[in-house]
Amino acid sequence: MDLRSRKGRFTLPDAMDRIDAIVARHADREGPLLPILHDVQAQLGAIDAQAETRIAHLLNLTRAEVHGVASFYHDFKAQADPRPVIQVCRAEACQARGIEAMMPAVTHAAGARVRVETVYCLGLCSVGPNARIGDELYARLDEDALTKLVTGA
Amino acid sequence: MNGIVRISADAAARACGAEQVVRAFEALGWTVERVSGWGMQWLEPLAEINGVGWGPVTAGRVADIAGGSADDLCIGPVAAHPFIAGQQRLTFARAGRTRPLSMEDYAATGGWAGLQRARSIGSALVLDEVIKSGLRGRGGAGFPAGIKWQTVASAAGPRKYIVCNADEGDSGTFADRMLMEGDPFALIEGMAIAAGAVGAQQGYIYLRSEYPDAIAVMRAAIDLAAQRIAPFRIEVRVGAGAYVCGEETSLLSSLEGKRGEVRAKPPLPALEGLFGCPTVVNNVLTLAAVPHILSEGGAAMYADLGMGRSRGTMPIQIAGNVKYGGLHETAFGVTLRELVHEIGGGTASGRAVKAVQVGGPLGAYIHPGDFDIPFDYEAYAAADALIGHGGIVVFDDTADMAALARFAMQFCAAESCGKCTPCRIGSVRGMEIIERIVNGGRKADAVEVLPQMHNVRAAARGLEEQVALLEDLCETMKFGSLCALGGFTPYPVLSALRHWPEDFGLVQAAMA
Repeated sequence: MDLRSRKGRFTLPDAMDRIDAIVARHADREGPLLPILHDVQAQLGAIDAQAETRIAHLLNLTRAEVHGVASFYHDFKAQADPRPVIQVCRAEACQARGIEAMMPAVTHAAGARVRVETVYCLGLCSVGPNARIGDELYARLDEDALTKLVTGA
Repeated sequence: MNGIVRISADAAARACGAEQVVRAFEALGWTVERVSGWGMQWLEPLAEINGVGWGPVTAGRVADIAGGSADDLCIGPVAAHPFIAGQQRLTFARAGRTRPLSMEDYAATGGWAGLQRARSIGSALVLDEVIKSGLRGRGGAGFPAGIKWQTVASAAGPRKYIVCNADEGDSGTFADRMLMEGDPFALIEGMAIAAGAVGAQQGYIYLRSEYPDAIAVMRAAIDLAAQRIAPFRIEVRVGAGAYVCGEETSLLSSLEGKRGEVRAKPPLPALEGLFGCPTVVNNVLTLAAVPHILSEGGAAMYADLGMGRSRGTMPIQIAGNVKYGGLHETAFGVTLRELVHEIGGGTASGRAVKAVQVGGPLGAYIHPGDFDIPFDYEAYAAADALIGHGGIVVFDDTADMAALARFAMQFCAAESCGKCTPCRIGSVRGMEIIERIVNGGRKADAVEVLPQMHNVRAAARGLEEQVALLEDLCETMKFGSLCALGGFTPYPVLSALRHWPEDFGLVQAAMA
């Protein structure tokens, strides 16, 4: 669902209605739970207990099963966090190119305003250190460029 | 004079600022063709005009290039560049040369010929040719692809599946990403050939969420090629940030909508895989090598390359602290010395090379003294190392090998699926032992020194004891873990300990 169709309504559709729509859209897939969780995470910002219960009900699973899956993967969050997110790669290739020495400055620049997530590998290992904001990727970062990304996030 | 400039749309180029360069060229009235990346990533963004390249380009230098005065950035004819000319590109034959989503470009460069021929010769001959080519799984395990396909083909099941493992989580690897972003139809064609050979109707590409560009390109390519591969269907499934889902049984669990937990083998996925049905699980590079193999005479040509039981070519990814990082596809047998010093040009920092990690976070750290080891599955296994997915990460002499060994354990702890104890708990204990070694051994704690603790030794544990404990633990993880995550984490740890004991504060300690 894109933003325009949501703005077109007078009130935001209830979260549960949106979950129903998401599940209905994926219902005929084999093993639909992961695509459903991705969409719920993207639209609602989190997969909370209520969402888990609803999804479980619609898929004829127990909430424990859905919670087990949602809590297993790093991409799914139990609580929405409205702060901007920057993902910083700290795997070996970026370590070899000096990311660890930049992390104190990054943490400092982020403060409580920006969430800094560690990600293991963005696949840009010959041009690191790398970071990702949304679907935008950034390579060849030095401390200056990286802290600027954080403050601009 | 305005003309046509070719600029890569690969994520590496975009992350290095290709979009600004594209806009600058367009502002000058040039036509920009977005192509795949050549794999010379230190030159990205690379602008190519009539076959001649300039890189790395910044938006500020575009006017110079357009005006013909940016000689300092000019690298001459791109295809003749020593980095490209020295390679044997089969899987990446189209890299840099075609537009990723152009069906015309794909067909004009030999695309679909493998699928067409496979359909005409029938599944038995296809299986035969894949076996004869000697193609082995490029994900890391190196299992012969043809044998796997044959197992699936002869297995009985209500449905069969082709699953492409595109969960390229290893640090230092990006060949899967480059292939999917640059030559998506090659992967689709490879999957369609596999489907025909084993009798599968449905294929899945399990693609990690860290690759947004690859996801978009693959989905678009599948839509474009749907008619070509029908009745076979392919769907992209996006992972959710779990490294362990690159392990095939964990990947299958994840595809089924479960926790990405590893399953014990047997049963092999080839017999009881996705939803309990016979399933081919192959890496992106394995499947993308297939169209070439199935082209006329391709299997014999593939088998002629390489050394020992490692036949064909390997797309090697040169990464980390290296001057000329990028994708180097060549026949098996190349040495690390050539890769790091001649092709890679040494470290980017200009300092001495201290170590090279081959095969991702679970691969061994290789000492410069061992750089003559040839790139070959068996040679690496004999040296207590692995080539994995073919990524090599170079470290200069500022690297702290004890910290990297600790990181290997920490990474294993963070990414363990939790199913088996050696991996789940061993990794945490391993981290603690390495910390104790670095801190000079272990003192008895507050409880151990209590007078009533008769059975506990109150004396401090020496360094040698801690090292023996770490080696023991690694042994347990290696042989007791269900999958490669726990099973191979000891490789980086023990290789760091063996070759760089001084980084652990073990100069005097007698090391084997």
